[in-house]
Amino acid sequence: MPFKLQRREEHSAWMTLFSPLIAVALMLATGAALFASLGIDPVRGLTVYFLEPLQSAWSLQELVVKATPLILIGIGLSICYRANIWNIGAEGQFVAGALAGSYIPIMMVGWEGPLVFPAMIAAGMAGGALFALIPAALKVRFGANEILTSLLLVYVAQFFLDWLVRGPWRDPEGFNFPESRLFDSDAITPLIFEGGRMHIGFPVAVIIALLAAFYLTRTIHGFQIQVIGESPRAARFAGFSQNKMIFFAFAVSGALAGLAGIMEVAGPIGQLRPTISPGYGFTAIIVAFLGRLNPIGIVIAGFVLALSYLGGEAAQVTLGISDKIARVFQGLLLFYVLACDTFIVYTFRRVGAVREAS
Amino acid sequence: MQARGIVKRFGSLTANDYIDLSLFPGEIHALLGENGAGKSTFVKMLYGSLRPDEGMLSWKGAEVSIKNPAMARQLGIGMVFQHFSLFEALTVEENILLALPPLQAKNLRQRIKTVSADYGLPLDPTATIADLSVGERQRVEIVRCLLQEPDLIIMDEPTSVLTPQEADELFLVLEKLASEHKSILYISHRLDEVKRLCQRATILRHGKLISECDPRQENAKTLAAMMVGSEVADVRRVPQDLHGVKKCLVVRALNLEPELNTGTALVDVSFDVARGEILCIAGIAGNGQAELFGALSGETPVSDVGSIVFEGWPCGADGISERRRRGAAFVPEERNGHGALAGLKLSKNILLSWNNPNDGTTKKGVIDRMALARLEGAITEAFDVRMAHPDVEAGALSGGNLQKFVMGREVKRKPKLLVVSQPTWGVDAGAASLIRQKLVDLSRSGTTIIVISQDLDEIFEIADQVAVISEGHMSDVYPIDEVTREQVGLLMGGMDLNGPPEVTAAEMAQSLMRDRETEDAV
Amino acid sequence: MEIYEAIILTIITAATPLLLAACGELVAERAGILNLGVEGMMIMGAVGAFAVAFSTGSPYLGIAAGIGAGALASLPFAFLTISMVTNQVATGLALTILGLGLSGMIGDAYIGQPGVKLQPINIQGLSDLPYVGRILFSQDVIVYASIVLLVLVWIFLFKTRAGLSLRAVGDSHSSAHALGVSVRKVRYMAVIFGGACAGLAGAYLSLVYTPQWTEGMTAGRGWIAVVLVVFATWMPGRLLAGAYLFGAVLILQLHAQAAGVNIPSQFLSSLPYLATIIVLVLISRNRTLVKKNSPACLGKPFVPDV
Repeated sequence: MPFKLQRREEHSAWMTLFSPLIAVALMLATGAALFASLGIDPVRGLTVYFLEPLQSAWSLQELVVKATPLILIGIGLSICYRANIWNIGAEGQFVAGALAGSYIPIMMVGWEGPLVFPAMIAAGMAGGALFALIPAALKVRFGANEILTSLLLVYVAQFFLDWLVRGPWRDPEGFNFPESRLFDSDAITPLIFEGGRMHIGFPVAVIIALLAAFYLTRTIHGFQIQVIGESPRAARFAGFSQNKMIFFAFAVSGALAGLAGIMEVAGPIGQLRPTISPGYGFTAIIVAFLGRLNPIGIVIAGFVLALSYLGGEAAQVTLGISDKIARVFQGLLLFYVLACDTFIVYTFRRVGAVREAS
Repeated sequence: MQARGIVKRFGSLTANDYIDLSLFPGEIHALLGENGAGKSTFVKMLYGSLRPDEGMLSWKGAEVSIKNPAMARQLGIGMVFQHFSLFEALTVEENILLALPPLQAKNLRQRIKTVSADYGLPLDPTATIADLSVGERQRVEIVRCLLQEPDLIIMDEPTSVLTPQEADELFLVLEKLASEHKSILYISHRLDEVKRLCQRATILRHGKLISECDPRQENAKTLAAMMVGSEVADVRRVPQDLHGVKKCLVVRALNLEPELNTGTALVDVSFDVARGEILCIAGIAGNGQAELFGALSGETPVSDVGSIVFEGWPCGADGISERRRRGAAFVPEERNGHGALAGLKLSKNILLSWNNPNDGTTKKGVIDRMALARLEGAITEAFDVRMAHPDVEAGALSGGNLQKFVMGREVKRKPKLLVVSQPTWGVDAGAASLIRQKLVDLSRSGTTIIVISQDLDEIFEIADQVAVISEGHMSDVYPIDEVTREQVGLLMGGMDLNGPPEVTAAEMAQSLMRDRETEDAV
Repeated sequence: MEIYEAIILTIITAATPLLLAACGELVAERAGILNLGVEGMMIMGAVGAFAVAFSTGSPYLGIAAGIGAGALASLPFAFLTISMVTNQVATGLALTILGLGLSGMIGDAYIGQPGVKLQPINIQGLSDLPYVGRILFSQDVIVYASIVLLVLVWIFLFKTRAGLSLRAVGDSHSSAHALGVSVRKVRYMAVIFGGACAGLAGAYLSLVYTPQWTEGMTAGRGWIAVVLVVFATWMPGRLLAGAYLFGAVLILQLHAQAAGVNIPSQFLSSLPYLATIIVLVLISRNRTLVKKNSPACLGKPFVPDV
């Protein structure tokens, strides 16, 4: 190979900033090639996919609605990943939060008032956190790999949701559709303005992002995360407990996924259905990396990935291609962002032929 | 082998700057230089692990370009690595097999036995490397190298992991090899060894060729001056009387099982350290030092609270933070990823040991960046840490400068007790001298210091008292003036100074023969 | 057909793709690369095999396409993790996401189309033997191949020099590099082999298990295969037991559903995943056992000096 990687002395500030942008550019270039291979004019393809969704008020709102859960989950995951703890089961924690929060409007019919929604939020966050603590406990207690356990629990959560909406929680007046009853107005995520689609989830996500940014960079507990992530040995030297951090990181990311879950079912959906997420929990992994595990970056990255969902729908409607193309773009983007991140720590060095001194 | 005008650059650093070297058959040639002088880089090029940017290598009169280690071995160049290139999970035989060309793999087990018998290097081919001691591992490396039937053997700091006695055995092997017309390139920074063993020496400094000389004609001072470039200040140490001084740390029957199967258990370790004393704990790497550091620092608390008593406070079961809070400080052996994090700025690295609420680095859990900046400035100034710009990432510092920073960070805590593991391991002479002087000064200002070290020069420079750890057992503590290097060496090899003198089989046979001769004479 | 015969036959069908994919992952992990993209490579194999078999009518060309698709899918992962030293966990996830998306796109055209089923090979005389005939001697070529492959992998790893080099690379990449073993080359080969195996496993799903295309039809089997490698503590022999155990769990819950057991079907469906978690926990409890056999360099990036 004519080029080899060489470690930089210090992190490159320039690449830290630009690596996600380069990754997006590479994804667009690959997207153009993909459209061309499908016989679609690449310019038209990219326009339909990435620009048209930004041109109507309705779809801009939809963008915010889709970005909200991605940002919330992404922030939680970034805390895990910074600590080198691999929670990839946020999709399951999202479902668990939605189920725990939905217990109130579905099973406690008749309870009304301003306390209903806050209670649902609390239940949702607790549900997500508790579900996330299962892989944490299995990791700490038995050393079971958290990547695998958290992922496998996603399937379990989805089957459980499926059972509930087809069984005990099915709407008795729902003509046998596998759906719960529609939530009462007190149990609905408040909208930012009447008649719109945007709910309070987005401002909440931004506030959480700001808090998380402060927490990660300025507090000693946030510093622990960085040390544990980079070297467990150094963490022990510093007196930071890795096990406590595993519980903490899983609990926080589970709670945020649960929060996203309950706000989603109480917001845009308004009831429980067999499928309540188009893979937000997995896409948020990409959001976390594209945002460079930085909460502010994650807010921006959340919009990029939300756009990939809207673009997928637009491509299906306008171009007549499968909306699975959204997943392709998302996978590509993660590949590219990981590759670009390499250049934050490394640089290419040309390996010339051996020059013989005469 | 001849090397002419070899140049190797890593980015902006020129690791080798026009190096010439020639080696003759039957010669033991020393390559001398400090850490970072470019010795390892140079030999990696001879062995094909690295490619020179400029220059020419010739082998047996013909110019060669050594593309990879396999090619070097084919030519007849073998290497024994300093950090062993062995595979823990594989057996001795498999480890050796990997280094041989496929055709030579026949009857391997038999040939291993033959070679190890010929050179007095006993080995069990079926043993797994993970179960072997450091000395045994080196034997595997050497046998592996010899089986390739090399004409040139490169040995990178082979004695750094051996007791003086084991080193003597190694020298016999090397002399036997030289008598078989093999060339040996012997890399070291230990002058006495080189003077004893080598006919010629090439000295490198900062990547440049300084001199080629006959080490037997030089004295240690002149060699050291050539290696280091300038006179390194001797450590000034005033002996102190420790009789009747109050104990700072009392360790009694400390036991600890290793966390990894490769570790060493601590067995009934007991010792005392007086206030203001420097106690050096000598030992070959891997004899329980890591576990001892873990137990003393609280990184691995032990179940018996009373086995460690620090200033009257039983703390065996307490963690490292609690011990720090009570006035202890610690410097681990490994800088990167243990005592410091390469990717963090120095000011953030301070937080690794300054993270108690009353350390003044945080306010209600929020990091006080001004306080950290002040500390960073004070530490780097007091310990002469040289860096490209203020508050660099730790990874941008050289080994010596990073060690000075880590040491300075802990000294700045004004600890009552400082536990340091290998304070000058892999550090250049200037930094080593500064660190040792700071340790002595600190002890004279009342801090108790425990230094875990495998460097006998260092120990005899700074210690008030010395003890030896061997296979997890701790020897008695001796005042430094009452023991010799040879005695410490024996202790490092697991012998007992007080027990009956050990008689080797050879000595026994000799004395028997002598007896018989006298009988015959009668 | 006796009921026990039917059950055993279906267990074999369920176990075979797990065994194949786990076999490939085991080789990659032995070389030190943790590839969590098995699910993605498997489903690429499934869609590739289905598409080619559907358009050519030949299940054997379908098998070849499945293997090729799996190997091809592993290439970007190999390049990123080996040449660009990216984080292996995240890169594996990217591969899974990409594979699920790309297979969905390609497979859109084939939804609801009848597939081409790979027929079993009856071995003359033997397949009519009582009790064991149909089970042992009337299987399709992939089932036989899965057993042969496992034996070959065992021989390769423990009886050949190349296998020794591969284990050495997984144990200490820096030592292997110092000895002149080409760490990257070995790892590329191992990852691509893993991809090919996962692709073959996918082909089995879309050509034999359910000869049709459904989106996401691997349903987490790639993940189960990764767990199987831990279950087997990186020893090929134990993979066989593990794969058939999991195959049994997958199948018995289906039989229970079909028999109308009075348990909600969703609970039975989550059984294989729960069983996987429980098994992983039981194995991981014995940390010394896991530590002893797990490749020391698993998941660690390798950058040689220039």
